[in-house]
Order: sequence, then C-alpha cells, then structure tokens
Amino acid sequence: MKLKTILMGTAVAGFGSVATAQEMANDMTLVSWGGAYQSSQQKAYAEPYMEMNPDVSITWDESSPEAVAKLRAMNEAGNVTWDLVDVVAADAIRLCDEGLAMEIDADEILAEGDDGSSAEDDFGDLLVSDCFIPQIVYSITAAYRPDRLPEGAPAPDSICALFDTETYPGKRALEQRPINNVEWALLCDGVAKDDIYDVLETEEGQDRAFAKLDTIKDDVIWWSAAAEPPQLLADGEIVMGSSYNGRWFSAIEEQDQPFEMLWDAQVFDLDGWIIPAGLPDDRLARVLDFVNFATDTQRLADQAAYISYGPARQSSAPLVGDHAELGIPMGPHMPTAPENSKNVFVYNYSWWADYRDDLDSKFQAWLAQ
Amino acid sequence: MTNADTNDGFVVFDRVQKSYDGEILVVKDLNLSIGKGEFLTMLGPSGSGKTTCLMMLAGFETATHGDILLGGQPINNIPPHKRGIGMVFQNYALFPHMTVGENLSFPLEVRKLNKSDREAKVKRALDMVQMGDFINRRPAQMSGGQQQRIALARALVFEPELVLMDEPLGALDKQLREHMQFEITRLAHNLGITTVYVTHDQTEALTMSDRVAVFDDGRIQQLDPPDVLYEEPKNSFVAQFIGENNTLQGVVKEVKGETCIIELDDGEIIDAKPVNVSEVGQRTQVSIRPERVEYNKERLQEGAHTLKAEVLEFIYMGDIFRTRLKVAGNEDFIIKTRNAPDQEKLKPGQMIEIGWMPEDCRALDA
Amino acid sequence: MSDATQDGPVLAADGRPLKASLRSALRRQKMRALLLIAPLLIFVLITFIAPIADMLFRSVENGIVSDTLPRTVVALDDWDYGSGEVPDEPVFEALFVDMYDASERKIHTRLGSRLNYEVTGVSSLFRQAGREMEDIGEIYEDQFDALDENWTQGEFWAQFMGDPDWYSEAAGAEDPGPTFVMKEGMDELLPLTAEAYQMFATFAQEEDEDNVATEDPWALVHARLYQDLTAGAGEGYDGFGAEELAAAREAVGDFESTTYKEAFLNVDEDWADLEIWGTIKAYSPNYTPGYFLKAVDAQLTPHGVEAQPDDQAVYVKLFGRTVWMSLTITFMTILLGYPVAFLLAQLPMRQSSMLMILVLLPFWTSLLVRTSAWKVLLQQQGVINDLLVWAGIINDAGRLVMINNQLGTIIAMTHILLPFMILPLYSVMATIPPTYVRAAKSLGATNVTAFRRVYFPQSVPGIGAGSILVFILAIGYYITPALVGGTDGIFISNRIAYHISSSLNWGLAAALGSILLAAVLILYWAYDRIVGIDNVKLG
Repeated sequence: MKLKTILMGTAVAGFGSVATAQEMANDMTLVSWGGAYQSSQQKAYAEPYMEMNPDVSITWDESSPEAVAKLRAMNEAGNVTWDLVDVVAADAIRLCDEGLAMEIDADEILAEGDDGSSAEDDFGDLLVSDCFIPQIVYSITAAYRPDRLPEGAPAPDSICALFDTETYPGKRALEQRPINNVEWALLCDGVAKDDIYDVLETEEGQDRAFAKLDTIKDDVIWWSAAAEPPQLLADGEIVMGSSYNGRWFSAIEEQDQPFEMLWDAQVFDLDGWIIPAGLPDDRLARVLDFVNFATDTQRLADQAAYISYGPARQSSAPLVGDHAELGIPMGPHMPTAPENSKNVFVYNYSWWADYRDDLDSKFQAWLAQ
Repeated sequence: MTNADTNDGFVVFDRVQKSYDGEILVVKDLNLSIGKGEFLTMLGPSGSGKTTCLMMLAGFETATHGDILLGGQPINNIPPHKRGIGMVFQNYALFPHMTVGENLSFPLEVRKLNKSDREAKVKRALDMVQMGDFINRRPAQMSGGQQQRIALARALVFEPELVLMDEPLGALDKQLREHMQFEITRLAHNLGITTVYVTHDQTEALTMSDRVAVFDDGRIQQLDPPDVLYEEPKNSFVAQFIGENNTLQGVVKEVKGETCIIELDDGEIIDAKPVNVSEVGQRTQVSIRPERVEYNKERLQEGAHTLKAEVLEFIYMGDIFRTRLKVAGNEDFIIKTRNAPDQEKLKPGQMIEIGWMPEDCRALDA
Repeated sequence: MSDATQDGPVLAADGRPLKASLRSALRRQKMRALLLIAPLLIFVLITFIAPIADMLFRSVENGIVSDTLPRTVVALDDWDYGSGEVPDEPVFEALFVDMYDASERKIHTRLGSRLNYEVTGVSSLFRQAGREMEDIGEIYEDQFDALDENWTQGEFWAQFMGDPDWYSEAAGAEDPGPTFVMKEGMDELLPLTAEAYQMFATFAQEEDEDNVATEDPWALVHARLYQDLTAGAGEGYDGFGAEELAAAREAVGDFESTTYKEAFLNVDEDWADLEIWGTIKAYSPNYTPGYFLKAVDAQLTPHGVEAQPDDQAVYVKLFGRTVWMSLTITFMTILLGYPVAFLLAQLPMRQSSMLMILVLLPFWTSLLVRTSAWKVLLQQQGVINDLLVWAGIINDAGRLVMINNQLGTIIAMTHILLPFMILPLYSVMATIPPTYVRAAKSLGATNVTAFRRVYFPQSVPGIGAGSILVFILAIGYYITPALVGGTDGIFISNRIAYHISSSLNWGLAAALGSILLAAVLILYWAYDRIVGIDNVKLG
C-alpha cells in the first residue's frame, strides 16, 4: 500500500527517480488553525498515524490564518519549512494560481473510498482546485437567541430575518467581508438562488446587494474572528449573527448556551490540505503517505467525533458516529444532514476568485461611507 | 557702616525652630535681627542649618516653631511670591527657554508693569551689571560669570528691599569669584538693599559682609562684624572655622583678670588671654593666628612670649613665607611671615625661637 | 610653532607630513568605532533597511507581465488601444507561444491574479486559457503524428534538432543528461521550431530534470513546425530526418488549421475585449506607478490615469482617518499622561516607584488581553453601561455605543499607548530642577504662572518625544482597530494587513506602506522645522 502510494506520488510529481521507503523523511510540519479544529485533526489523523509509524514526529504550526502570505514569503526566500497546510478552498485556489501549492491528481494520490468508488468520484465536486485535497464541509450559518426575541415575534426560519430589523430589532453580527453577505442580501432582495452570481456580475446587481445591506448597516457588528459572534450572542450584544456551524455547535452543545441554529441558506465552504510546491523528495514522500492515510474514508468520518464538520467524502457519511466526549450522535449536527441542508447555498469559488478583489474594495468603500 | 546704627530689625528671626522629620532639629532656637541695608552673611559648614534658615525666609520652607518677621510683619503665612524678596540661587536658575531680556522681564510681567517700564528697568538692571549687550542671549550661550551677573540683575530688577543669595559664587573659579564678591558688595551698598548671603567660604564672608553669623549644629555660634570675628573668636569652633589657626592643648593654671597662665601638655608654661575659660584646672585650647608669630628677634615686641621650635618645612609663597614648625609637641604649627629683605629663609631641621604677644594668644574651650 | 616658519608642509616628529599623520590617526579611530558598531549596523541593515528597501521596490516593480508574456509584450508594441481594434494575428500567435510556455511552468495563473487586480475576470480567463493551450497545439501534433509517427517520438526529435555530439552523449545518460545543444543551422532552417524546441528543452532539463534525448516534445513544437513549413522554411536540409521533413513540407499544405485569434476566441470571447489587451499593454513596462495610483484612489487604465469610481475609493479616506485619529490619540495621551508624569517626577522615590509600576503594568499584559478587556467594559451589555443603567443615568434602551466605532478605538489605543507618553515625559520632567519653579515664585509668580511660564515650557521636549513616539506607533497600529474599530474605526494598516495576508496584493500593500512611511517622515520633518528636533528629549 505504502510503496504503491509513493510510486504514484512520484509519478505525479514528474520525478524520474523512484523514492524508496528509506528515503521518507521522519519529520513533518503540519499547519492548521489551532483550537478545537486542530485537536480534532490531531486525534483523528495524526495520533493513529504516529502509532503506525513510531519513527515519525509531527510538528503543528497554527499559521493557517496567514498561510497564504507566509507560504509566499517562504517560497520567495526559497525555504519552505511546511509539509502540509490546512487552508480553506478559496485560499487553496489562490495558492494554486500563485504556483505555491503542488498540483495533485486525486485518483493517484488519494485512497479509494471504502465503498470502492474512486477518490475523484468520492470527493466529487468538492475538488474545486487542482491543488486542493478536501477534508471537511463546513458552513457559514446563522444562529439566534430565542430568549431575546421581542414578545410575539415568531422564531426566525429564514436567513432574511437578518435583514428584518422590524420584526427582530437589535444588532446582528456579520463577517467583515463581502463573501456570503452579498449573496444573502440578493437572496433576500428577491433574486432566485440560481441567478445570484449572474446578477452579482453586473454593476447594477452589486449596487442592489449593497443597497440591501444598507438597510441594516447601522445594526451590524462586523466580525473578523469566528469566535466573536458566539461571544457577542452570549453577552447579549446581538440578537443573531453568522459564524461557522462548528462554533455554534460548541457554544450550544458544549457550553450550553441558549442559542438556536438558523440553517436556512447556510453557505457551504470547504477546508482541506494543500502540499506546498517544491518539497524535496524525501519530505514529499512522507507527506503523500500521510495524506493518503489522513483523508481515507474512516479517518474523515472519525474527525466528526470531535467537531461538527461534515466529512468531505460521500463514503464517510454513513460512518459518522457519536461525539467523543458528549456521546451525542453527530449526524444531526452536520451541515450536510438532510434536516439542515434543506436550503443550502453553494459558494462559487471560481467566481469569487475573479471578483474578490473588486468586490472587496467596493465593500470596504461602502463600509467607510 | 556699622551694625549699631542700622540694626532696627528689618528681618527678625524670633525663636525659630525647624525639623523635617519631627525628631531632629536642624535649626535650634534661632534668634537673629538684621538691620535695613545690612549685608549679613550666614556662614557655616554644610548641614549647619544656614540654608534652611534662608529657605524659611524665602518661604520655601515653613518654620516648625517661632516667627519670622519682615518689616515688623510676621510672614510665616505669606506665600513666597507675595514676599517680594529677590533671590539668587546657587546654580543661577536662569530660565533656559528664555533670553536674558525675558528672564529679567519675567518678574516685571507678573507684576503687570507696562512694556515701556519693563524695558527701561531691564535695561537699567543689565547696565548695572555691565551686561547690556547680552539682552538677546540665552543662558546656555553665556559663561558662568555672565550667568551670575544676569541672575543678580534678575533678583534686583524688581527693586526688592531684601535680597537672598544662596552660595551664588560657588560654581565660579577663584579669580572671577573674587571679582564678583566685590561687585555684589558694591551693588548692595550702592542700592542700599538688605542682603542675606549664605556661604561656606569664610573668605567670602569676611570680605563682603557687614556682619557674619557663624552657624554650626543648628545654632549661631557667633554673630559679629568680620574683624571682630577674626580677631576675637568666641569659641574654638569659630576660631578654627574662620581663618588659619594654630592650636595648643593645655590646662589653666591661674587666671588673673585679663591674662591667665596655661600649662601646655608638654609642660611649657605660657601666658594667654582668657576668653571662655574661668576656672583653674580647666582644659583649654590655646589659639594663635599664624601671622602673629614672629621668629625674627628684631621684630619681636616688648613682652613677647618665646618658645623653642624646630623647622619642619619652609614654603616660599612669594609675598609670604609659610613655615611649618614643631612647637610644644604640635607638628602642624604654621607661621606666616612677610617676605622682607631682612627676613631669614629657614631650613628644615633648623632650631629657632619663636614668640608672640600674650594678647594674641586666646584661651578657648577645649 | 617653529614648524609654521618652515617651508613646505608641516612635518610630524617622525618626518611624515603632519596632515597625513593626523589623518591616519583619525582613520584608525574611525575604524575602531566602526568595528564597535558593526554588529548593530549589520543587524539594522538586514532587519530594517533591507526590508524597507524591498518594500519600496515592490511598490513599483512589475516585471511579471514582460517576464511571463515576453513575445506578446513586444508584439503589442505596434498595437494601439485608441484604434478600437482587437489586436491582430501576430499578437495572438505570440500570446499562444508565451501562454504555452507559461502554462507548462504554471506561472500563467500568477499573472492572471496580478492582472485581476486591475481588470476583474482576468484570473479565470488566464486559468482557463492555460488549460486550452495544449489542445490548440494538439491540432497539429495529431496531424504530424498521422503523417509519420516519428514526429511524436522524443528520440527522433532529439536527433532531428540536437547536435549529433550532444545526442551521442545524452542517449542513455541518466536524467537530466547533458545540457541540450541545438544542431548548427537549425535556427535558420526552421526558426520558429528551433525556438519552441529550445524552450521545451530548457524546461524539461531545468524544471522537470528530464533527459531531452528521450522526452516527447510539446505540442507547441508541432504548431511552430507547421508555421515554419507553411512559410516555406526547411528547404535544402540533408541531416537526420531530412526525408521526414521533406514529406512534411509536402503534406502541410493540406493540414487542417486555425488562426490563433480564432482559437483564443473559441476558448473565451473575452479575449476580444479591448480592456484586457489595453491593460496588458498598460502594465507591460517593468515598473509601474499603478500600485501608487491605487493607493490614492486612482487607477492606471488603458485610457491613462483615472480616478477610482466613488464606490471603490477608500484609501484617501482611510489615510485621512488614520492621521486624524492618531493625532486625537496623541492629544489624549498628552492630556492624561501629563499629570501622571508630573506626579511621578514630584513624588518621593518610594511612592513614585509604586506609581511607575502601575504605569508599566499594562506593558506586561498582552495586547489582546487589554483590548478584549476594553470590549468587556465598553460593550452595550458591558460593565460601564450596566453601571450607568444601575445608577439611573441612562435607561436600558439608551445604552451608549462605545465600542466597534471610532470612540472605542480612541479609548483602547489611548490606554495602550499611554505609557509611551508618560515615560519620556517623566524622564524629561525628572531633569527639571525644582529651583526653576522656586526662582519663578521668588520673582513673584503664582503657582499657576510659575507652572505655565517656567515649568511647562521646559517639559515641552518631553511632550515632543512622547508625541512622536505615540503618533508613529498609532499610525501603524492595526490589531486594536481591527478588534474594536468596527467599520469607522479601522486604520489604513488594516488594509495593508489585508493585502499582505489575504489578497496577496503585496505591491499595493507596499505602496500603501510607502505612503505611510512618507507621511511619517514628512510629519517628522515638519516637526523639526516648527519645534526643532533638538527639542526632543527622551531624558
């Protein structure tokens, strides 16, 4: 198994020489986000891997938030010290475009699904970039405090409650970037879900989105760290807000906060690995071996026992079990669970790769007005 | 000008005491009356309480007990800026961010004088210290002596009746200091200002003052005009502190009116003038000024007392010869003799005979 | 003195001219001084001067366009945006060659990202085009293959194009083999093919570390061969593969072909967009003012320099706000710090050390903790609002908004930067002798006048030093504004951080940073002119 992986990996990388098992480096630096997410990776991937390979030592670096800039700086300095980097899909696309991430062939590098499907089929549409190895599906979704709703107001069941300050007065927390917010604004301004990116492509469509956001501009607290909205909601600073579903899950289930999820129009996003371009043979061989293991069907399903993010493989879904400490079934808390995903919004990566710079400067100008 | 006709009590310290910590008195029961127009110097070693007295007078320290009167009015509760006392500080305290003119103008501005009056007074004050050309300089651009003159002019420009000076010449070199001593006295007398001057330099005190108050241990040891202070010190502290002085230790053998007989520790018997000895058997310290001792027999006057001495060191100092002798067991006995054509130049090891008049030899407390 | 009366130069005791002797003595002294500071100097050069120089360079550097598309840039010289016409075939032909090479090297997307900062959509246009280049080349590769299988064989091509001596050495050699050497006369015989094959060979050896002798050439080579042959080149060749070449010359006339322009338009019709071509041309020089223009809300477009539309203009406003708020914060620190420093300088040693510890305490706490503490205090459900509501000063509905806005930023940053004002103020105040104030009082000044006219002017150098320190620190702050600034309390540094870490537009970040640096230097200069830098004391 191992040898096969290596042969494939080197073939993909285009190297003529064949790496052998002896040439695998034993030190590996993994980059992730820190906190609960990183520890879920440690428990589900790294610990079992190190049990199988006692010689291997893994160093964790919590640099994912600045991974794009740091990788570029390392690349310019000609000294890439990272072996595997956890990034969101949009960053993976950017890194791939910049030539900072290695292009991979999923079928050759990644394990088959345990239902026999090829890796390419098993990950399906989630392979959004030539360099990206998906791990989890998470979503940006809303939550609210039922006890702080005005009397007689119905429990919100639509994302448009964010824009309805009459029924739900009070502050709301939104992420300080155009992504997600402009989509939700258009959605609540009556644009059909399938037309949103077509509308956003036009000057008028963008104006329309900002005009909709204008209606709640004074009521928004803009966040830049995902930990902020649960804190703000717990403090009573806001009545509702958006954050990652895993953050809401840990606030509700682990810290017993009286929040309710508002899954409507949750925006699916992806997180996964990239391999930095230009690794030396021995380190590359080790990383490929690790990635093959860490993204197989069982490992991805195992991760869900520690955090409420959905495994990126279809074949992993049936294997999702209970939370490792709370003992509650994790299936219903996955953004991919049928109950939660009645109305999902899929983030258009390639569209945003083109429009991100443009819309971001418009968004900043709009904020500064 | 003597103290007798001016001593009408313009500044009066009346039983003033001062303590900083409630345990030690730095000024002990001070009584002092300074006459209008008088130049009074407070002289003493550091820590003797003289500066504290000055600061109490200026208003920067308050007396723990007793009254300070200025022109008959108690000033204990008047803040410094209302006392109208001019003051010259040790390091001049010229405001570094102002020009000379602005420094001098400052006390006039706070007194709300109009511009033309101010300019006239500033000019007059600067001319008085011969610094008229320096009006636009800054303190940092001037020498110490020049700064000193400006500080003086600033203390005088608002025409105070009383000026306090806190070791104002301490930072100057010797020649400049002597020159300034003369200038200050001249100004003070010309303007008729009452001056209280603090110094630890006895030469300064002697050359400048109408009267000198010698401080030690929080008390005035002696308050007298300079000549009296030098010629007739009332105790051994003053005798030691003012001028150079030879001392010989002994015991009083006999007191008879204006003279007494002392037996020195090596058995020699001498005559002396009793100053603060009264009883026979009392230990005493005999004090003789170096310039009152003669070794040239022709110069010795009738009735002089003579003693044997051994020359240890002979220093030629131009105008005088300074000779160190061993006299009655004291190896630090100094004599000063004028460089005259007939004066013999002594050699170390030479045995000579020295002599002095009994009235120049004062028997003081031991 | 006697030396001066001699003729000629004054000599030192050893007979050398005195001037030379003095010079060498001074030089030794200077060398020794230089050696002593050398470690620091080198450290500063490496960690401070070099990064700043690099930043200044990045803010104008733009070699990426001409490096990635060298032939296209040259071909575009003859094209004029004002003509309103899409460029002609030669430009597309050059673009094809450049793009083929770039996509093999995987650097075309980097250029796409770069140009996407200027024209939205270029990113995906380039990504997509990179994928299609091989398909365009394969049109010809397939036809040559059908004609003779040799044309797709690496060994055949290596012998056809390569120098015979090189090939005999390279054949059977281990990867990457000896450096490829072109057969003599090949670049005249088949100029385009030779150029393309050389590109392929260089790439294969340097990037992939393969042996050219066995590697199959790119489809680009076939496309160029077709081009050469249809132009009549390749006549009179009699070396290896002469037969095949002659056959190909015969056959190419019947080959299916397409113009490159058509091919690109088939990939995406945006290749007919004048804006894209205009932008490539506008940004083709190696140095561009584009980033600086962006940083002041203007833009370098094919029409020349234009103001950024209002809905995207943000930087000038942010610069203004940053300076304005930094000044406010500086002023607040003076207002709050002056009395504290004054007290510190007046108190006896024991008490002043205690107070000094209190002043320094915030220094020992993490910046994030302090900022978060302000959040807890200032938010609407926070401690201060709760107290005010409890005391009945405001009602529950009228809770004050003190955070996530400018007020919050000013409060939190004033607190954080306060020690930087107090410390220089204190050290200056500690050197002002108390006799000055005494002198002023003895001259008749009241406490207030003595302070205003005598003490305060002497403490101004401390205010100057503190202000410069606080202002320069404030103007570059971004963590605190990001956390408590909301929308109207963020600084220009937040945008710089964004462009460094998220958008990767380092050129723009460098331009913004350079402007910020220039602004600080100008203020410093103005301060020197108005107040005098000699009047700044840190103690």
